Formats: sequence, structure tokens, C-alpha cells
Amino acid sequence: MEYIGIIIVAIFVNNIVYSQFLGICPFLGVSKKVDTAIGMGLAVTFVLTIATIVTFLLQKGILEPFGLGYLQTISFILVIAALVQMVEIMLKKVSPALYQALGVFLPLITTNCAILGVAILVIKKDFNLLQSVVFAIATSIGFALALIIFSGVREQLSLTKVPKAMQGIPIALVTAGLIAMAFMGFSGIDQVFK
Amino acid sequence: MNNNLKVIVNGILKENPIFVLLLGMCPTLATTSSAINGMSMGLATMFVLIMSNTVISMLKNIIPDMVRIPAFIVVIATFVTIVEMMMKAYVPALADSLGIFIPLIVVNCIVLGRAEAFASKNKVFASSLDGFGIGMGFTLALTLLGAVRELLGVGRIFSLSIYPESFGSLIFVLAPGAFIVLGFLIAGFNILQKK
Amino acid sequence: MAKLQSTFKNMFLSLFGICLVVAILLAQVNKMTAKPIAEAQALKLENAIKEVAPHFDNNPVAEAYKMPAANGDSLLVYPAKKGDELVGFAVNTYSNNGFSGNIQLMVGFDMQDKIVNYAVLSHAETPGLGSKMNEWFRETTKPNQVVIGRNLSEGPLSVANDGGQVDAITASTITSRAFLEAINKAYVVYKASDGKNQQEKGDNNE
Repeated sequence: MEYIGIIIVAIFVNNIVYSQFLGICPFLGVSKKVDTAIGMGLAVTFVLTIATIVTFLLQKGILEPFGLGYLQTISFILVIAALVQMVEIMLKKVSPALYQALGVFLPLITTNCAILGVAILVIKKDFNLLQSVVFAIATSIGFALALIIFSGVREQLSLTKVPKAMQGIPIALVTAGLIAMAFMGFSGIDQVFK
Repeated sequence: MNNNLKVIVNGILKENPIFVLLLGMCPTLATTSSAINGMSMGLATMFVLIMSNTVISMLKNIIPDMVRIPAFIVVIATFVTIVEMMMKAYVPALADSLGIFIPLIVVNCIVLGRAEAFASKNKVFASSLDGFGIGMGFTLALTLLGAVRELLGVGRIFSLSIYPESFGSLIFVLAPGAFIVLGFLIAGFNILQKK
Repeated sequence: MAKLQSTFKNMFLSLFGICLVVAILLAQVNKMTAKPIAEAQALKLENAIKEVAPHFDNNPVAEAYKMPAANGDSLLVYPAKKGDELVGFAVNTYSNNGFSGNIQLMVGFDMQDKIVNYAVLSHAETPGLGSKMNEWFRETTKPNQVVIGRNLSEGPLSVANDGGQVDAITASTITSRAFLEAINKAYVVYKASDGKNQQEKGDNNE
């Protein structure tokens, strides 16, 4: 039951994009087409889950026992950067097509604050390893969901007439605001699962 | 001198990180529920920008090209950690309200972007100025966004009451308001730039 | 100075050097700020206790102790004393049933079972709705919604919608329910520690 609560909250109530404001750059950057959005969603899910496990073990296994909590930011970001490099190399070998599609955005995952954000959040929330993994996966599903919904809207948007100054990012942001409003309707829904 | 001024103005107007380059959106949206929060976030980022730009520019010759990104990240993360510890020690209330967005300065694309695009190619003094200019542009944008949201949401700017709170529309302080206000501000900036 | 070439040795030395300098620098800053950070946190706690408990002159933080509450967990109790006499308690209490999860409160009681004051330590309730709990329940001009001064020996508090005596925050019944739950929880612990202190006093007199 506890895990269902974590999942529901992470996907809908505290959606990483629409209510936590993490990962906005790729959210705006790769959301013009639905299929790239799906690819990005998958890449983030993969990296986010592994990164959370590794940083969690790093925190509990090395930083905390040795009283090095102040090195958290610096060590987490380095681990994440290295991980992204590895994923990039692997993807290049395994699926050149997907690599082509995500090309420029894969290195950008390093500076996707969603990854570092979730890694820090699970430590702050005092989750155990299993909770952290569940939280990480649910969060990335929330990210993928946000991205796919948004890209669907943006594909439609590109066919509509928009005032000149509002074209591109401004109208995209306003749209995201409206979707965020819809997501607010989910708040409190986790009460049902208590 | 003229040239130096240009670097600063460039950061505030022509290459305003938020309104023109559209970088660093996460803290922009997340921490601007009030003008003071937006400004504090901006200043924290500005400090990191100036310091990291300066140090990276000083070190640019002893960092081999192939490892430059990790080296930059280490330098940036150091200053972020310093800011974080200082804020927790001397302005704990502020540190609480900005929360995890202080450590997240490290992944703010603006900081790494300036290190890569400017500091690694230019002289030390120019790099610090660039950090100041871009940081200033970021701070002004965040303060403006925070002020507009605070005004529309609860009728205050910097906690100064402009009109009764019950006339405000709370949605602007909440998540959706961040997206919508920023959208309109960028549109406004687009119009100004055309002229 | 010419730019260093990307040979393995150079890359290693350069990165290693930077990391070493950084580690030493951060360790220094950490040492410098560790004390102010701890002090700032202690001050926050002390202020919350001062706000909610009857006037005291001891150090409640130093004399704090844990008391078991319902369903297995325990709450921190801060005894407030004037001279040697116990004048009240501050209890750090919580509820996990807020609209957005956990709510942390500090509640103060005097020796007559009355709520002196409360402070909201942390919460994630909706701004403008549930977050009003910080003002709503101390509105002394509105006797139906205020909790300060209520005597809990007359029974636990509950919201009017559930047939209770306290008006819930408009459009935030769930938050109000959680708030009162936390207060009731604090009272049970207060009662238990009051009893414990009475007993100790009795022991001393003998």
C-alpha cells in the first residue's frame, strides 16, 4: 500500500515537471514530436533509475559513514555525468537509430536537474533503497507522461495560428501552465490509498 | 571600458539567459513564488557564475581539452556547495524556502554554458564581467517574474501590500502560474526586442 | 603559457590537482560553517518552544525526552520550568494525514490541560488553503475556530463536520482534521508526561 502511495504521488500529485519544476529544459527542448518525446522519456527513465541507485549507495556507503555529507553535490554530479557517458556509449553501439534521434539531448541529461534532483530528494525524504527505486521509476514515468502529453499538444499547436510574439516557447509555456492546472486536480488523491 | 560595459549589458539584455537564451528554466519557475525568493535565487546563481567563470578562466590552460567538462563541473559544484553551506549557516529561513534548488544550481545550464562558451576562451577579467552580466540578467528576470507572480497572486511586491490579498488570484503563486506568467513575459520581451 | 595537451598523464594530473584543492577548500568551509548551521537549527527549535510554552527560565531543549505515543511511535517533549516548578510542556507532534502528507507542529500546554499556543514547523499543504492553519486556529475573535485556550481534558478536538467543536478551515477539511489529530496526539503524550512528573515529584517528597 505504501508503495502504491509513493507511485501515485510521484506520477500525478507531485508530477516532476508540472509541480516540482524539474527537468524543464528537456521538457521544452524535445517535446515538439511525440516519438522523440517517448525516446527521451525512456532515456531518462533508464538513467534516473540507475543514477538513483548508485548515488543512494554512495551516500549511505561512503559519504555518511565518513562524515563527508558536504561532498554530496559534487560527488553526485560526477557520478551522474559518468553514468550518462556510459549510457551514451552503450546506446551508440546497441541502437544507432535511437542514438540518432536523441543525439544532442543525451549529453544534456547530465544537466537535467531531474536526475540530480531525484537523487537528492530520496536522501532528503529518508527513503530506503527499495522506496528510492520505486520513487525513481515512478518519477520518470511521470516525466515521460508529462513529456508525451505536452508533445501531443504541441504537435496540434504547430498547426494553429498564434500571435507573433507568442510563437514558440511563450505559447508552449502557457499551455504547460494549463496542463499543470489540470494536474493540480490530482492533489489529495493519495488519501484514497491510505 | 566601453567594451567591458558591453559585456555586462549583453548579459542583461541581448543574451538575457531567461528571456532570450531560454536557459535555466527549472529554478526560474520553481523559486519565483515571491519577488524576494526569486531575487535570492538569482543572487546565489550570480555568485556561482562569477566565481566559476573567474576560476575556470584562470585554469583554462592547465585543463586539457578532453577532460574540460568534468573539470568545469567540479569547479562549479564547489562554489555551489560553498553557497549552500553559507546560506544554511547565516540565512537558514531562506535556505529552507529555496530547498533543493540551491544544490541544483550545479545543473543550471547557464553556468556550465558560460564556462564553456565564454570563460574557457576569454581573459580572467572579461570572464568575471561576463559572469556578472549574465548573473545580473538572470537575477533581474527572476525578480521580475517573482514580483509579477506575487502581485497577481497575493497583491504584494516584496511583501509590500499593493492591494488586498483577497483580490489576488492564488493560481499565480502556484505551479501553473509560473508557466503562464513566464510565457507572457517572454512574449512581452519578444515585442520589445522587435522595436 | 601554452595549453596542456590531452595526454593521459596531463589529464590525470590536472583533474587530480583540481579535486585535491577543491576537497581541501570544502573541508575548510564545512568546518567554518558547521557551528553556525547547528546554532541556526537550535535557535529555530528554541524559538518555536518559546512561542508555544508558558514563560520559562530553564533550558527545555537540554531536558527534552521522548514519550511513547499511540501506535508505536514516540514524540519529543520539552518541559518548561520556572525555577524548579513545572509550568507547562511543549510537544513536537505531527500528522501524516495532511492533504499533502506530513505536518509538523509544536504545541504548548500549561499545567491546566489548556493549549497555550502552537507553531507550524513544516507542512506541504496547498498555499492559500491548507497553509492557512498557521493563522486560522489562533483567530481569537472567532471562538468557533480558535484552538488556543481550549481545554483538552474535556475530550479530544475534532472538526465541526465530524460533529466536533472546531470549525475547519474553509475548503480544507482534510488539513484541519490532520491538524487536530496532531494536537490530540500531543495531548495524550502531555498527559502521560504530566503524570510521570507528578509521580517524580511525589517520590522526591517522600
